[in-house]
Amino acid sequence: MTLPTPSAAASLEVTDEIGQIPDSSANPKGSESRSPGRLAWKRFKRDRTGVISAYIVIFFFAIAILAPLIAKLYGKDPYTTYASQRPELLDAFSYPAGPNGGISSDFWFGIEPQLGRDVFTFLLYGIRTSLGIAVAATLLTTFIGVVVGVTAGYLGGKTDYLVGRIIDILLSFPSTLFFIAFMPVVYGLFVAPDENIPTSLRAISLILVLSAFGWASIARLLRGQVLGLREREYIEAAKVTGASPRRIVFKELLPNLWTPIIIQSTLMLPAFVTAEAGLAFLGVGIIDPTPDWGVMIQRGAQFYTEDITFMLFPGLSMVIFVLAFNLLGDSVRDALDPKSKR
Amino acid sequence: MSNTNPLLDVTGLTKHFPVMGGFPFKRKIGAVQAVDGLDFQVAEGESLGLVGESGCGKSTTGRLITRLLEPTGGSIKYRGQDITHAGRKQLAPVRSEIQMIFQDPYASLNPRQTVGKIISGPMEINGINPPGGHEKRVRELLETVGLNPEHYNRFPHEFSGGQRQRIGVARALALEPKLIVADEPVSALDVSIQAQVVNLLQELQQDLGIAFVFIAHDLAVVRHFSQRVAVMYLGKIVEIADREDLYDNPRHPYTRALLSAVPEATADDIPARERIRLTGDVPSPLNPPSGCRFRTRCWKATEKCATEAPPLVQVAGNKEGHLTACHYPETHDTVPAPRLSKDVAA
Ligand SMILES: Nc1ncnc2c1ncn2[C@@H]1O[C@H](COP(=O)(O)OP(=O)(O)OP(=O)(O)O)[C@@H](O)[C@H]1O
Ligand code: SF4
Ligand SMILES: [Mg+2]
Repeated sequence: MTLPTPSAAASLEVTDEIGQIPDSSANPKGSESRSPGRLAWKRFKRDRTGVISAYIVIFFFAIAILAPLIAKLYGKDPYTTYASQRPELLDAFSYPAGPNGGISSDFWFGIEPQLGRDVFTFLLYGIRTSLGIAVAATLLTTFIGVVVGVTAGYLGGKTDYLVGRIIDILLSFPSTLFFIAFMPVVYGLFVAPDENIPTSLRAISLILVLSAFGWASIARLLRGQVLGLREREYIEAAKVTGASPRRIVFKELLPNLWTPIIIQSTLMLPAFVTAEAGLAFLGVGIIDPTPDWGVMIQRGAQFYTEDITFMLFPGLSMVIFVLAFNLLGDSVRDALDPKSKR
Repeated sequence: MSNTNPLLDVTGLTKHFPVMGGFPFKRKIGAVQAVDGLDFQVAEGESLGLVGESGCGKSTTGRLITRLLEPTGGSIKYRGQDITHAGRKQLAPVRSEIQMIFQDPYASLNPRQTVGKIISGPMEINGINPPGGHEKRVRELLETVGLNPEHYNRFPHEFSGGQRQRIGVARALALEPKLIVADEPVSALDVSIQAQVVNLLQELQQDLGIAFVFIAHDLAVVRHFSQRVAVMYLGKIVEIADREDLYDNPRHPYTRALLSAVPEATADDIPARERIRLTGDVPSPLNPPSGCRFRTRCWKATEKCATEAPPLVQVAGNKEGHLTACHYPETHDTVPAPRLSKDVAA
């Protein structure tokens, strides 16, 4: 006996069989739809933590996008060493002369020890660089992961076997170690060892390396999902009506995969932010003088015993961002996939 | 009722699923003989019931006819055209004429598509542009299957099982098919709702002249629906006959056992059939019994049954078109068969 497996959605159901849905009084025309997406949005809006986290995350992205504008209004830039024009800003030991890291109405977040750059704009642009790289890496990773995972799952057979083994190998790599080892190798592919590495090349290499190691996990997840969905009767129904494989993938499969794709990418982005910062900290990612979250933390670590303020701003902002994004990810998952609620 | 020019003509249809195993290299170590040499025809507008226990290959047969599966052997002809191994492109012209209704109303509708999209999808794929547009046609179809046409924009999760099954029926109708394979279309539904859906299908069959291959696991449902019934056991047809013939005069022991399980809906002056309980499990289709596949559970089995597979033939005493695969067919007087009253409402 093949008993049907009523989905959790069954609980939403009406048992009335005449072809009328009883709530028609509340919904007289009966034409308004409760799409799965809209239901998820409704659930999300009820989740306080999620909404607050979303605002914080949006705030960070707004800052990153508007950094040049804000810097212009504020009247400073992250590259000028203000201390060389106004030596009174730093004391004899090259630490900010003013209290609290030199915070003043001129320098809202104080000034940097030694070089005397403006911390506020440096942080703005740092967030911009870091988020830019993390977003690009997330998009690329998701794209590769989805294409590979869906292809492997849908085609099955030898392709699936081969892809499966590649994924296994990639996932067994200690990726952090490989990032550190690989970054110089990747730079070496493009530039001679004695030349300067342009920042854009560093950024692109970072994105490529992060994606190269990141796609495997999302591909594996999607492959499994597709293997499950492929046998669904609605896929067979589409085949019976003559749907092309292309249509089946794009119209029947993908719309049912948005949930895992979105959940995975919201988990991936903060991980990439920290990974990128980590690489910058270790000196194999973005390097000074390009503003970057990781670069700031690395410089902050040199001075934190004398000037904790300089460490505080990048450190705290990153913790807030990563925390908010992870909380947002959790809320998004709960909203999209209510069954997984703890 | 072997029509000279059947709509669907299936001969020797076979499907073996390879079983892979072994280490380190996977290779074929056996085969599930899900369907093994089926012969049957479906005439235009006729309904053929396909009945058998779970795992006997009914769904596989349905999926072979709709060409969701590639047959291992035999042939499938639709209107004389061989579609046994036709690819997606070659199949395109007849695709719209052979449609399917699925068993599980929860899995057969894409949860991310509105009812409108689900039903208009087949028209889109086949480039059918009905006068008045897709939406108008979808509304008509919703009405045909007894749903509110205003629910065009709703999603499957907003409907009950029976309503979902009606949506599945509307989708199958969208292409104006000549043949519908219905794979246990009501077995997932509440008993009270089953009859409504069966009645709907019956109306469609009569009003639109659509031929059906109606799959069910007992004889009760097909009784009101199918003019012809084929009984399957372990990948083979053991008996096929017109409905009255089969119910009045079952010749195969397995058919008789199945029939004895059908509750009678007749006058009480006729003795009820004695209930035959089959003992033992259905053998594995990986390694079916030699000779007659039913012999491990048959109370009449002899030496001959183990060595010689009984052919599906018109045994002595059968009417025209009544075929039975048994060496020792049941005789009429051993079966106290009540007449099937034709007006039993489903
Ligand atoms: N894709 C497959 N691969 C391997 N074996 C299969 C496959 N599909 C079906 N089978 C096997 O073929 C046999 C017949 O299966 P089928 O689904 O046709 O049975 P059924 O008569 O429809 O049963 P049910 O009443 O449970 O739906 C079963 O033993 C099943 O395990
Ligand atoms: S052939 Fe033999 S085993 Fe098979 S059904 Fe007939 S009597 Fe039983
Ligand atoms: Mg089945």
